[in-house]
Order: sequence, then structure tokens, then C-alpha cells
Amino acid sequence: MNHILVANEVTKQFGNHTALKNVSLEIPKNSIYGLLGPNGAGKTTLIRIINQITFPDKGSVYFDGKLLKPEHISQIGYLPEERGLYKSMKVGEQALYLAQLKGLSKVEAKKRLKYWFEKLEIGDWWNKKIQELSKGMAQKIQFVVTVLHEPKLLIFDEPFSGFDPINANLIKEQILSLKDNGTSIIFSTHRMESVEELCEYIALIHKSEKILDGKLSDIKKAYKNNIFKVGLETANQDVLISEVKDKFQLLSHDYDITEKQLNLTLQLPSKESRAILDFLSTRANVNGFVETIPSANDIFIKTIQNKNIAHE
Amino acid sequence: MNKLPLIIKREYLAKVRNKSFVIMTFLSPILMVGMILLIAYLTQLNDNEKRVIAVLNDSGYFSNEFIASEATSYVNFKDLTLAEAKDSTLSLGYYGLVYLPSEPNLEQVAQRAFFYSKEAPSSTVLDKLENTITSRLRQERLRELGLSPKEYAEMDRSYNMNIETFDGLQNIKGINEIKAIIGGAFGYLIMMFIIIYGGFVMRSVIEEKTSRIIEVIISSVKPFHLMMGKIIGTSLAGITQFAIWIVSGALLLFIGLTIFDIDPASLTKGGMAPGMEGNTSVDVDAVTQNIQLYAQEIFEIPIFAMLIFFIIYFVLGYLIYSSIYAAIGAAVDNETDTQQFIFPVILPLMLAIYVGFFSVFSNPNGPIAVAFSLFPLTSPIVMLMRLPWGIGEGGVPVWQLISSILILIATFIGIVWVAAKIYRVGILMYGKKPSYKELYKWLKYSS
Repeated sequence: MNHILVANEVTKQFGNHTALKNVSLEIPKNSIYGLLGPNGAGKTTLIRIINQITFPDKGSVYFDGKLLKPEHISQIGYLPEERGLYKSMKVGEQALYLAQLKGLSKVEAKKRLKYWFEKLEIGDWWNKKIQELSKGMAQKIQFVVTVLHEPKLLIFDEPFSGFDPINANLIKEQILSLKDNGTSIIFSTHRMESVEELCEYIALIHKSEKILDGKLSDIKKAYKNNIFKVGLETANQDVLISEVKDKFQLLSHDYDITEKQLNLTLQLPSKESRAILDFLSTRANVNGFVETIPSANDIFIKTIQNKNIAHE
Repeated sequence: MNKLPLIIKREYLAKVRNKSFVIMTFLSPILMVGMILLIAYLTQLNDNEKRVIAVLNDSGYFSNEFIASEATSYVNFKDLTLAEAKDSTLSLGYYGLVYLPSEPNLEQVAQRAFFYSKEAPSSTVLDKLENTITSRLRQERLRELGLSPKEYAEMDRSYNMNIETFDGLQNIKGINEIKAIIGGAFGYLIMMFIIIYGGFVMRSVIEEKTSRIIEVIISSVKPFHLMMGKIIGTSLAGITQFAIWIVSGALLLFIGLTIFDIDPASLTKGGMAPGMEGNTSVDVDAVTQNIQLYAQEIFEIPIFAMLIFFIIYFVLGYLIYSSIYAAIGAAVDNETDTQQFIFPVILPLMLAIYVGFFSVFSNPNGPIAVAFSLFPLTSPIVMLMRLPWGIGEGGVPVWQLISSILILIATFIGIVWVAAKIYRVGILMYGKKPSYKELYKWLKYSS
């Protein structure tokens, strides 16, 4: 079995509102899977179904090849977007309690907490109350509590919100090392730059439906649309621009004064780029020639816009 | 693995370690006992205050009827006009002035007599004056009728009806009041416990919502377990608090009474209506006989059965109400939004107490008492108020007791089911305050 989690035609209604409509997902083992979508798309509902906080009206979910059951809870770790801790409880006590709720024994929980607290350099917080900590500090403890029981599947919902860049980086490293140690991770966010850095696979959910999923690199390839950027050095740029306009489809151009370079963005009819290169090399010095790869952000926006147009 | 004990333990410790809870637990008995001692002290102080009352006697009747007592003394004014007497009373700082005008006979003197004072006179003073004049009037009337005071006393001897139940047991007056107090105490205890600790459950649910820990927790445990753990943990904390109150309150009261040397009997005497003391002329034998009868009657109250039923009704009643409180807490975001939902919850509790005091005590087996001791939201209180009158013959019929408990259990299951549904939807809802209509919609959501 290569998938840690498989969702099959999952549908969920709340009264008249459909939160999820026939959503199917396959989340490969030992990978970081980005669950993307605008606010209110149904991401949180899907995550809650995986955590068995709510249950689907239709469809089924399989965990590690078996139908999802309450005993799987101890193999899933969940860091919700709306997260907090008991304010008047001490850090250590609280972490122990939450770990025990996940099925760890007190002794084992204590041992692992010590390890993590040292790793994140928060050992001296043990007897502090949550209300004495800053938001970022509380977030660190939440992260520890989420991963402490060494689940097979980790679900992070906006894990970096509330962290300063240094700590965000620290957490990112921890997430990557967890993945390297064999954990599968679902990563829900609408911040695309972290998707590019972390995710191997993505699924895009929009208006309760999955509209796109797959390997991020494959998706990017599919979304390439033969747009090339060229940097040129030429004495007579006006002539060159009008010549290019005649022969090719010029999307935009600008002149970089510091580099003394003319930048063109061209739309080619196919991947074939020899014609334009041949043409340009006879007219100017070609400093750079590169195909633009769409960012996750571009894909996100474009897919949703297309979907909205299709709906109208 | 069952996580319920873990949750109960956390909820219990969170409650017991809470600062305001600790302060409440240890301060309340001190405050209560302090209050009782203060009242006792002030009552004694009040009794010690001496009042001087001036008497302007133009009538020629009354000569030595106004006898000074511990609290009051009299000063006779002579050869003064009424206006002068009023002025002197005021300037001497006396409490008031009794004016007995000159009239042809005593009846008319009494008719036209006045008491002048700066403010409205205290009822104790007025009663005393009225009693003095009444007894003088009685004397005069007896003299006119030619009766001796001894003959009159013979005539006035009060009569007590002999009372007995049909099976020949001797009955005594006043025992119903004692039963009412016992029943009332049990009922009141349940109501207070529900309101205080139900509120704690509700606030604890709101706290979990506002601190946003709820989703972390319910990804590990079922919402139903969390709710029940919370209710049980909080009630254990409540029982701890009550136990501390009872023990420390009794201890403090004992110490206080010893230190201040206050006779507990004087407290009850203070509550008696003035003038009643004089009329109680029961001989000692009758008193001891009565005490024996009271003791016998109190032993007749099924204390053991009452305790068992108290626990049954207490547990079921508390579980019903606190799950409603938990559902309310889950439905709202902050405490100010709870008002509209809390009122309908407190209403049946208040109703039960009122029905208990006004209907059950006068007629423990009347239709109203029966109806309210079967209705599940009032039965924990009303049935306990009926129980001191016994179970079975003469008291609560066994079928009523059984059906009341069965109805209560059925309601408990129904309410907990409904509350758990509202709870599990509500804890994940943030934002606007839901209406009753929306709560009803939540019930129809599949889990």
C-alpha cells in the first residue's frame, strides 16, 4: 500500500450547505501533501473528517489501507488552525495531559517531552503557565504536542501563522526531518510560498470540490504555456521591438537601465524555440533566454478563475 | 484506552486549583459564620440599648403599671402641659412620651391616650405599652364584672386538641414544620448545587472555546467523553467544596459560639414574635413528653431512604441540568450571550422551590405536589420535599416514586443526547450567537 490516506467520493452536508462534494484524494506515504484552497472551500471540514471529529455523509476514508476507525486517532497528529491551550495550566502538565489523551503512558510522554523541549530549547518553560508565554512560544508547545506521539500521519493547518521568520524556519526544518523519518504530512495553507518549498503533491479544493490534484512538478509542467523571457543587448531597440512584433507574439517589453538590457516576454505557439533564438541572435546579443514556469500561486489563481468563469 | 478518567482528573484539578474557587471555599464559611455571629452580637447589643420613656399621667388611673425593664425605663412628668412635656421629652433625648389624658373613666382614657415620638416607634416598645394598658383595662373590666383575676385565669386556660392517626399513633403539632424544613433543605441544596456547579460547567466549556483548545482535544477524544468528564469532574470539585463547607462551618460556628459565649437558644428567641413569650404557659411535664414525641416522629422520617433517594435524585437532576448548561456553553462564544438561554433553565428550578414551599408543605400528597414530583425538571426538588412524610402508606405512594425516577432516567437519556448533539456542533462554531431555531437545526446534523 503506497497511500497513507485515501478518500473516496466524500460528501458532507451541514443543513442546506454542502461543505464537501464527492472529494477523492490519495495521499502518498512519506510525502508532504499540500491541501490548498481559498477560505471556506472545505479544507477544514475534510481535515476534521480525517480526524474523525465529524463524519462524512457519503463516501469512505481509508487509513493505511484500512477503513478509518477510532483506533487510528493515536496514529494521527493534528495541529488545527484554531489552536490554543488551557491558559491557567502549566506547560509541562498540559503537554503531559494532551499526550496521555493521545494514548501515551505518562512515563513515555515525559521522556519524549524532555527530548523535544531540549531540541527546541524550551526546557525551562516546564513550570510556566501558558498565559505567561508569548503567542509564538505557545505555538512551539503546540507543535511539540502534535508530533509527540509519533503519528504516521501529521496534519498541519497553517502551521507557520504566529511564528517569526526564525522560528518559522526552525519548525520548517522539523517538518522536513519528520518527513525524512517516514512520516506522511498533510499541509493545509493558502500561503503559496511555503507550498513551493515543502510540498511534493498538492490538491486544490474550491467551493466544496476538488478541482486539481497531483504531483506539484507535473502540475507545473502541465501549466507551462510556452512563455519565454529574453534579455537582449542592442543598439536600436525600437527597430528590434517592431520587428519582433511583426514576427512573433510579444506580450510585454521593458528596458533595464542599470543592466542596459532589453527584456521581452514572448508567447510562442509551441515549445519549439529555435526560430526565435535564430532570429534574435542575428539582431542582438542574447544575455538570457528562459522558459517561465508558473508558480503555485499562479496555478492557484488561474485554476480558480477558470473554474469561476466556467460556472458563470 | 478509556480517557474519561484522565479528563475527569484534569477538570477536577483545574477547578480545585483555581484561585477564586479556593478563596470561595475557605472564605465562605468564615463569612457565613461571621455573619451569624455578627447578627447574634447585634441582637444582644440591641437588647442592651436602654430606652427612656416619659409618662405624662393626667388620668388618675395608672400609678405603678409602667414597670421599668432591662430595656426600658419610665420617667414620670408632673405638673406639665402636654406641649411642655413634649418639649422636655425631646430636649432630654428620651425615646418618647406616653400621654394619658384626664377622662371620666378608664375606657375613655385608653381611647384618647397617645404615644409621641421622634420617629415611628419600634414595635417592641409599642407592644409593651399596649400590653400594659390592655392588662389594666382587663383588670378594670373584671372588677366591673365582679371576677377575681384567679377565676379569670381559670377561664382563659387554653385547650389542646388530642390528635392521632387512624392507626392509633399519637400525633403532635409542629412536626409538619420540621418535616418541611428537612425536605426544604434537601430541595434547596439540590437547586443551589445545580445553579452553582452547572454554571461552572458552562464557563469551563466557554473557556475551552475561547482559548481555542477545543479542536486539539476533540481530535483525541470524543466530544461526549469531554462533556461527561467535565460534568463529573466539576461535580466532584463541588462535592469537595460542600464537604469543606460543612465541616469547617460547623467547626467555626462551634468555636465562635464558645468564644463569644452566645447561647444558641437566644438566637431563636430573637426570631419569635414579641409578646409570645408571655403566653407560653406549658408545664414542664408536657414539654418533655412533647420532646419525646418529636424525637419519635423524627425517627419515623425515613432518613436512610431519604439519603438514598437524595443521592439518586441529586445525581440524575444534576446530570440533566449540567448537560443543558454544557450545551449552552458550547452554543455561545462568551458569557454575556448565555442570558437568554439560562433563564428558561433556572425557571423550572425556581418553580420547583416555590411549589415545594407553598403547595407540598400544606398538602404533601395533593395533585399539584404529585404532578410536580413526576415532572422530570422539577421532580428532583419536589419529590425530596415530599419524602419526609414517608414512603408508602400516608406518604409518597411507591408507584409515584418509581415512575418519577423512571421518567427522570428517560429524560436524562433524552436530554444528554440532545445536549451532546448541540455540544459537538457548538464547540466548533465561532462567531454569531445562535438562535433557538439554529440550535434545532444543529440537532438534525448528522454526526
